[in-house]
Amino acid sequence: MTAAQAIDVAAAPPRPVARGAFLDRAFEWLCFGAASLLLTALAGVVISLAIGGWPALAKFGPTFFVSATWDPVAEVYGAAGAVVGTLVTSALALLIALPLALGVAIFLVELCPTVLRRPIGTAVELLAGIPSIVYGMWGLFVFAPWFAKHVQMPVMMAAPPGTVWEKITTGVPNGAGILTASIILAVMILPFIAATLRELLLTVPAQVRESAYGLGSTTFETIRLVSLPYIRTGAVGAVMLGLGRALGETMAVTFIIGNAHGLPTSIFASGSTIASTIANEFAESTGLHSAALIALGLTLFVITFIVLALARALIGRQTHA
Amino acid sequence: MSLMTSDAPETAILDLPADRVKIAIRNLDFFYGQKRALHGVSVGFARNAVTALIGPSGCGKSTLLRTLNRMYSLYPGQKATGEVLLDGDDVLGGRVDLSALRARVGMVFQKPTPFPMSIFDNVAYGVRLYERLPRAELAGRVEESLRRAALWDEVKDKLKESGLSLSGGQQQRLVVARAIAVKPEVLLLDEPASALDPISTARLEETIAELKTDYTVVIVTHNMAQAARLSDHTGFMYLGHLVEFGETDQVFTSPVTTRARDYITGRFG
Amino acid sequence: MSRTYAPRLSRRLGNAAFLVFACAATAVALIALFAILWALVKQGVEGLNLQVFTQSTPAPGSEGGLLNAILGSIMMSTLGLAGAVFVGVLAGTWLSEYSRNSAYGRVVRFVNDVLLSAPSILIGLFIYGIMVAPMKGFSGYAGAAALGLIAAPVITRTTEDVLRLQPISLREASVALGAPVWRTILQVIWRSAKAGMLTGALLAFARISGETAPLLFTALNNQFLSLDMSKPTANLPVVIFQFALSAYDDWRRLAWAGALLIAAAVLTVTVIARILAREPKRS
Repeated sequence: MTAAQAIDVAAAPPRPVARGAFLDRAFEWLCFGAASLLLTALAGVVISLAIGGWPALAKFGPTFFVSATWDPVAEVYGAAGAVVGTLVTSALALLIALPLALGVAIFLVELCPTVLRRPIGTAVELLAGIPSIVYGMWGLFVFAPWFAKHVQMPVMMAAPPGTVWEKITTGVPNGAGILTASIILAVMILPFIAATLRELLLTVPAQVRESAYGLGSTTFETIRLVSLPYIRTGAVGAVMLGLGRALGETMAVTFIIGNAHGLPTSIFASGSTIASTIANEFAESTGLHSAALIALGLTLFVITFIVLALARALIGRQTHA
Repeated sequence: MSLMTSDAPETAILDLPADRVKIAIRNLDFFYGQKRALHGVSVGFARNAVTALIGPSGCGKSTLLRTLNRMYSLYPGQKATGEVLLDGDDVLGGRVDLSALRARVGMVFQKPTPFPMSIFDNVAYGVRLYERLPRAELAGRVEESLRRAALWDEVKDKLKESGLSLSGGQQQRLVVARAIAVKPEVLLLDEPASALDPISTARLEETIAELKTDYTVVIVTHNMAQAARLSDHTGFMYLGHLVEFGETDQVFTSPVTTRARDYITGRFG
Repeated sequence: MSRTYAPRLSRRLGNAAFLVFACAATAVALIALFAILWALVKQGVEGLNLQVFTQSTPAPGSEGGLLNAILGSIMMSTLGLAGAVFVGVLAGTWLSEYSRNSAYGRVVRFVNDVLLSAPSILIGLFIYGIMVAPMKGFSGYAGAAALGLIAAPVITRTTEDVLRLQPISLREASVALGAPVWRTILQVIWRSAKAGMLTGALLAFARISGETAPLLFTALNNQFLSLDMSKPTANLPVVIFQFALSAYDDWRRLAWAGALLIAAAVLTVTVIARILAREPKRS
C-alpha cells in the first residue's frame, strides 16, 4: 500500500448499507397490491352482476333479451324495451352530437381568433363538467316545456295524417320522451367528442395541411380530404368513447325519458333505458324483480365493454407516446 | 511502463503500475440485448487523477462509464461481462451490494438534475441515506461539500430555496456537491458541461481540476480541448473498442494509432 | 397574359357554408352552456338562503334547508376520495415505475380504463351486492365505497401519466447516490410530480361530487342530520333527485338550490385543478 492509498482508506468511513433498503420489496408489493386491487374490483363487478342477475336469466332464458314485457306485478321481465331505449337514445344522441362536435373542433382549430381560443375552449370544457343531475333538472324543467311548445307541437300538427311521419311523432306533447332525452344526451357528450377531435386535428402535421393549401384547396376541402382522413381511426375511437358515455348515462335520462316500459313507438313517446329503469325501480325491488334489474345491469356492462374495447383498439392510448 | 511501439498499431494502451490503479478493467464486454456495445475493454484508471474518455458519438464512452457504478443494472436486458475491480473489489458480480458501490462511486449526469427540494436538502439527500448525523454536523458536511463544488458563496444565504431556482451552471455544481457529500472515492462525470454556457463550463472545469486531490475522476467528454485541459490520462474509443489510452499530453500531441490521430486532428467525429 | 385562378363558385359556396356551420355549431354549444348556467343561477338563487346551510331537509310544506345533505356529501366524498387516493397513487406508481412494459401491466391498464368508463350505476349495484345486502342496510360507508371505486381509476390514470413525464435522469441521479427504489420514488419522483398528482385528485373529486346514481342504492338518503355513516346518509344528489321529481314547490326550490351548490362546487374545483395544471415550473 502506498501512502496515498493508506490515507484513502483511513479517510473513508465504514460503509453501512443505505438505510431502509430492505423496504424496497415491501413497497413494491404494496404498489402491486394496489394495482391488483383494481383487477379484483372489476372481476367483482362482473361476478356480482352475474350472480345477482342469474335468477332472472335462469328463469327467462334467452327470451329475456327479446321480450319487451316488463311487468313487476305478473313477475314477467324482458329487457328488450330498455335495451332498445338505450341503444336508440344513444344512437340519436351521437347523430346529433357528432356533426356539432366536429364543427366545434374545426372552429377551435381553424377559425377561432387566437385570443378567443382559450376562453371558448374552456367554456366547452365546462359543459363537460356540469353534473348529470343538473342536466336532468334543466332538461325536465327548462328544456322540455320549451321543446314541447316550439318543436313538438308544430311538428305534430304539421304531420299529415296517416303517413309514416305521423306515426313516428305521436305522443303527448309534454316535452318528455325519447327525442328530448337524446338531445340532452347529445349536449352532454358533445364536449367530450369535441375535445378529442380537436386534439386529433392538432396532430395533423403542418406540412401535410400546407401541401393541401399550397395546391389551392379551400379550408373545407383541406379538412374534408386531408385532415379528416388523417385522423380517421382516432376519430372513430373518439366517437365510440362518446357513445360509451351516452350508454351509461343515468340521471339526465331518468328525468326526461318518461319511464314507460316496452318498446318505444315514436320519437316523442316515453321510453326507458337500462340505466333509468334500474335507477327508478331497484331501491324498492325484491326477489325476481331485483334479479331482473341486475341482469339488465349486466347487459349494459357487456354493451359498454364492447364499445370501449373497440374504442381503445382504434384510438390506442393517446396519452402514452 | 510498457508502451507498444510499432508503426501505427491497431490499439495502444498504457499499462499503469498496480499501485497506481484505482479501477482495473479486464476484457469488459457490454450488451444492449443482443447488440454488443463494448468489445473486450482492458485498461486501468489511475487514482487521484483525472481520466478523460473521448471519441465520436456512439463509441461507447458513456456505456463504459455507466458500467463503473452499475447504473445499467436498472434496465433489464443490459448486461456486462468481464471484470471490473475497484481497489480489488468486484463491481460486476451478482452479489455486489449496489447501494454500497454507488456510495463509493458517484456520478454527475449530462443534464443538471437537482431534486425538487431545497438546496440544503439536495446536498444532504445522499448523506441522509447512510448516516444519521446531528444537525450541526450535517450542516457542516453540506457546507464543506458546497465549498468544494465552488458554490457555497453563491448559495450560503439561500439554502432553503429550491434547487430548481438556480441557474444551469449552478445546478450542475449543486449536483457535484451532492455527489461528493457522501464522500465517494470515485467521481464519474458524463459530459457534465455539455448543457452549460461557456462561463459556467469554465467554473465547472476549475472545480473538477481541484477535485482530483481527493477523488479519482473519470470524465466523458466530446470536447477534446476540455479533455486536454483537465485530464492526466485520456482514452480514445471507437465503435466500442478502447483504441488508445495514455498520458494526455502524449495522446494529444503524438497519438500512436491511426484512428486516434485522425480523430484528434479532426478528420472525423 | 395572366389569368386568375379562383376556385369555382360551388367550391367557394361549399366552403362558406361549411365555415358558417362550424361557427353555428360552436354557437349552439355556447348557447347550451349559458342556458344551463342561467337557469341554474336563476332558479337556484331563488331557493338559496341562510336556512339552506343551517337546517336539515324538511317534510313537505315545512321550512328547511340542506345541511344534512351537504354534510353527508362532504363526508362520503372525502372518505371515498381518501381511499381512492391511497389505492390510485400506489397503483399508478406501480404502472409507471415497476411495469412499463410487462404483460400484466397492460392488463391492469386495460382494466383501469374499463372501470374508468363503466356506467356509475353499475358500480352502485356492485357495492350494493357486497356491502348493503350482506350487512342488511344502506350506509354512508357503502356510499363512500361506491364513490371511491369511481374515483380510483381516475387517480390511477392521472398518477401514471404524470409520473411517466418525470425525466429518467432524475431517477438515475437518485439511484447513482445509492438510494433504494422506494426512497427515489417517495422523496424525488412523487415530489417532482406533486402538482400533477394534486390536479388528478381534484379532478377525481369534481367527478364524484356530481355523481348520483351510485348513491341511490348505497347511501340511500336520510331525512335528519346524522354523523353516523353506518346508517343511510343524507346526500345532495339523492335529495335533489327526490325533491325535484316531487309535486311540492318548496321541495323543488330546495332542489334547484342544491343543484346550484353542486354545480358551483364541481366547477370551482375543476377550475382550480386546471389553474394548478398550467402553473409553469420554476426552472
